[in-house]
Amino acid sequence: MSEHLLKQFDNELDDVRARLTRMGGLVEEQVRDAIRALANLDGELAETVIARDAGVDEMEISLDDALTHVVARHQPAAVDLRVLMAVSKTVTDLERIGDESKKIAKAARKIFDRGIAVATPQTVAVRHMGEKAAAMLHAVLDAFVRGDAAAAARVVREDKEIDQHFRTITRELVTYMMEDPRTISSALDIIFIVKSIERIGDHCKNIARDVIYIVKGRDVRHLSLEALEEETRAP
Amino acid sequence: MNITPDNESLVPEISMRNLDFYYGKEIALKSINLDIYWGKVTAFIGPSGCGKSTLLRAINRMYDLYPGQRAEGELIVCGKNILAKDVDTIGLRAKVGMVFQKPTPFPMSIYENIAFGVSMHEKLSRRQMDDRVEWALTKAALWNEVKDKLRQPGTGLSGGQQQRLCIARCVAVKPRVILLDEPTSALDPISTMHIEALIAELKKEFTIAIVTHNMQQAARVSDFTSYMYLGEMIEFGRTDDIFVKPKDKRTEDYITGRFG
Repeated sequence: MSEHLLKQFDNELDDVRARLTRMGGLVEEQVRDAIRALANLDGELAETVIARDAGVDEMEISLDDALTHVVARHQPAAVDLRVLMAVSKTVTDLERIGDESKKIAKAARKIFDRGIAVATPQTVAVRHMGEKAAAMLHAVLDAFVRGDAAAAARVVREDKEIDQHFRTITRELVTYMMEDPRTISSALDIIFIVKSIERIGDHCKNIARDVIYIVKGRDVRHLSLEALEEETRAP
Repeated sequence: MNITPDNESLVPEISMRNLDFYYGKEIALKSINLDIYWGKVTAFIGPSGCGKSTLLRAINRMYDLYPGQRAEGELIVCGKNILAKDVDTIGLRAKVGMVFQKPTPFPMSIYENIAFGVSMHEKLSRRQMDDRVEWALTKAALWNEVKDKLRQPGTGLSGGQQQRLCIARCVAVKPRVILLDEPTSALDPISTMHIEALIAELKKEFTIAIVTHNMQQAARVSDFTSYMYLGEMIEFGRTDDIFVKPKDKRTEDYITGRFG
């Protein structure tokens, strides 16, 4: 995209994009560390994730503030307007992903405090699911930066896998709880964790749709996956 | 360029078909095809010299006043090709009124500014004329400000009031179309807002075409927007589409300020 006549406008848009990238990077780190803390029974890392969430919140506030100022000063139109609208929604999704990471870290802390070893098969599956969600977040942020609608559509499709993981793990945990009621507390914590990961997938999907909106100018929020993919293929 | 109706019926009031315009040997409009719809506001935007004012002035044959200027192709207004030789331009200009960049009140009283044009087209009694003047000034959202000083000179009003007086003068002869050529570029922001609010009212009864250098103004007041460049119609569409997702890269560059 060529530059604006008004260099200041370019600078401010660049600043918004740079802040979003930084916030995305931090949030991705939060997801990965929360999952790692759980998998490695690392209480210290869980505490770090919990403490760092305040930084994510601050970034949300300051980015929203920057957005308001760009809109007030430059009355953006067309692609500039679509980018800023999409950034505004993406910021909200990122902040929520940050919250979910914090919830995962807190649930992990609870599990460690209780001192009951987590059932091994689920731990592996949960870690796998968490890593999948973190990879989705990485992919969608990358698609945002590059303005790649096709890559964004792939993220929307990948969310189906996350949902499948969620169903499988919860089903297994229900069986587990029925077999040995002493595992109920831990199993419930794990269910809350996989629910958080499933939500992270949903937020990534929202961001992916925002990317498609920027590139294609079409709101694809309530389209079926097939219709959405069709839309990203259209010229 | 055709617009797919969006659950509303659009009736073309003005249609241009392969319209060319020349200043002597210089071509200023190149094969313009466009419909301006009844009861809608159509805005023309584009850099200086793109032909938007030329296009507006063609609609009421303002160019007749200048030798060497000519239009070719078809320009249909209310069902008639107004480029035909035998067109009654006085009648045409009563149907298609125009307001310019700088307010141009006649050096007469406020009342006479309105009555003058009306008396050229219609024979009205004193009482009927009083009613017409009040009606036109009310339509132009000026009545309450001037009703007690109708006999004072129009030139004594503020710039924004003078412009509304010109709109009232235009409305008074009951045209079908109102052409606005940068109507607010000489006005302060509050007077500009008055005119913009007025445009929203006027489109209930008239078809409006507006040339503006202020893109946000086009976005605020119009239903349809046309982007012109070097005498060509680059893109025409619903204002909602043009300002969010224009189809042509050149339109996008212009409205986002990347034009250079």
